[in-house]
Amino acid sequence: MGPLVPDVISNDFNYIIALVIGVAFGAILEQAGFSTSKKLVGLFYGYDFTVLRVFFTAGIVAMFGIIMLDHWGYLDVNLIYINPTFVGAAIAGGLIMGLGFVIGGFCPGTSVCAAAIGKIDAMYFILGSVIGILIFAEGYPLWEDFYKAYNFGGIRIFDTFGISQSLFAFILTSIALLAFWATSIIENKVNGISKPAIRFTPYYLGLTAVGVFIAVSAFMFPPKKAGLLEMVENLEFVNSYPLKEITSDELAYRMMEGDKKLQIFDFRTSEEYRKQSLPNSILFSIDNFFEKEPNRFLSLANRVNVFVLNEELTERKIAVIAKELGYNNIRILSGGIKTFDKLILNFDKTQTPQNKVEETTFAFREKASVKIPEMIKNNKSKGGVEKKLKRVVGGC
Amino acid sequence: MQTKYMNPYLAGFLLGLLLVATVYITGRGLGASGAVKSMTVQVVESVTPNHAEHTKFYKEYLSEHTGSPLKSWLVFEVIGVLIGAFISGLVSERLNLTLEHGPRINSKIRIFGAITGGLLFGFGAQLGRGCTSGAALSGMAVLSSGGILTMIAIFGGAYLFAYFFRKFWI
Repeated sequence: MGPLVPDVISNDFNYIIALVIGVAFGAILEQAGFSTSKKLVGLFYGYDFTVLRVFFTAGIVAMFGIIMLDHWGYLDVNLIYINPTFVGAAIAGGLIMGLGFVIGGFCPGTSVCAAAIGKIDAMYFILGSVIGILIFAEGYPLWEDFYKAYNFGGIRIFDTFGISQSLFAFILTSIALLAFWATSIIENKVNGISKPAIRFTPYYLGLTAVGVFIAVSAFMFPPKKAGLLEMVENLEFVNSYPLKEITSDELAYRMMEGDKKLQIFDFRTSEEYRKQSLPNSILFSIDNFFEKEPNRFLSLANRVNVFVLNEELTERKIAVIAKELGYNNIRILSGGIKTFDKLILNFDKTQTPQNKVEETTFAFREKASVKIPEMIKNNKSKGGVEKKLKRVVGGC
Repeated sequence: MQTKYMNPYLAGFLLGLLLVATVYITGRGLGASGAVKSMTVQVVESVTPNHAEHTKFYKEYLSEHTGSPLKSWLVFEVIGVLIGAFISGLVSERLNLTLEHGPRINSKIRIFGAITGGLLFGFGAQLGRGCTSGAALSGMAVLSSGGILTMIAIFGGAYLFAYFFRKFWI
């Protein structure tokens, strides 16, 4: 599950990745024509809207791509860098950058790109930006308060507007398409060209088809989680699903032996968990399956992962979801915690064994009924999965 | 002879895919101004280490980053941009040491404009916590309110001021 840094890809190798990504970034910008200031500022004088087309298309594609990866559980959005929102600084900084754009004809990325192919004006632009940063650094105490004021943190735009992510994505895409159409008309007028603004060549149709496919697939197909939750509502399917079980006696035995391989995942509510839980059990939820850090526990090799809940049926449902997600090392507690409570914790000593097997079983349960409550009492509850991974630090 | 530029929608599509890959692999977006900042901090630190140690901005920067300022993700990325753009220019036969300027101004005014514009952009990118790449494009991709606000301010501001500087370009 993404992001792949830092656990799949090391922080040092990440620098190599940065270099490779940069090469692609520079090549795309240059091929798009971002290496000449004349083309860049054309946007503001109406004679060339290339920047708007490239920029908006890239933004929309990236937005849908990230929504899609999140939707299907390939990317933990809680870990990616979301640019923080400092309202005053964002607006003032943006306006200053806008002014710099029409005076200088570049932005930092495009100036680097243009300088690489020999544009002298771009080299002066970079020199200017170094001076600008120096001024900001030297005068920092003067604007520090403003720089840090009106902080809303890593808030996302659809939350700001109080609408769903999908609705915002739809609105933004509509605005982009409208802008593509309107700017083509303006561009033709300014340049005195009379070809139609929208042409349905196979090329554009192909590109649109790919775009529509990506957009639709991000929303039309149910998310993995919703699909799985619906699937386990089919009781016949759940009951016939092959699952390994563990008996109350075996679980008790492994606990008493201090089996290091044993991992107990408690899926009850956190209130129930806090009231009383099995020794060394981990509080877990279905949502944890879709988060990067918690599901590492489930992927550890050579473990006996036991899912516990009050009822066996709900244990079964969750185990089916886990198996469908590709976790194989899973057992469910036969009869659920209820049965465990009845057989072990509240062992009925008045029963008389009918045969040899029952005799040993009952002897064991009697021992366990004393020892396990003690273990529960001494147990420092592990609680939920500690999330050590922090959001990636990004930004400029 | 210069080769034609790529279709803008195709270029945008490829750039979007690159950005998704970047976020998926590294958890962060693309950027540019941050690299110039790292470079600037490095220069100040080597030229006047005493000054860097006693000035708040550098102190904050150095406390947030470990190791050399140049050992930053964006510095490597921007080195890549230089290489990538150079290769692209080479392939499309656009490598040329030139100073482009509008028809109504001379080279001197263009140089003055480029430095002033760069200065404003450099300053604004610090205040706005990122430039067109780091704040606007990457911010839009992850639907950050701040990123989108900065994007609107950059392009809105540019349209607002464009009229006054039309002589520079047309």
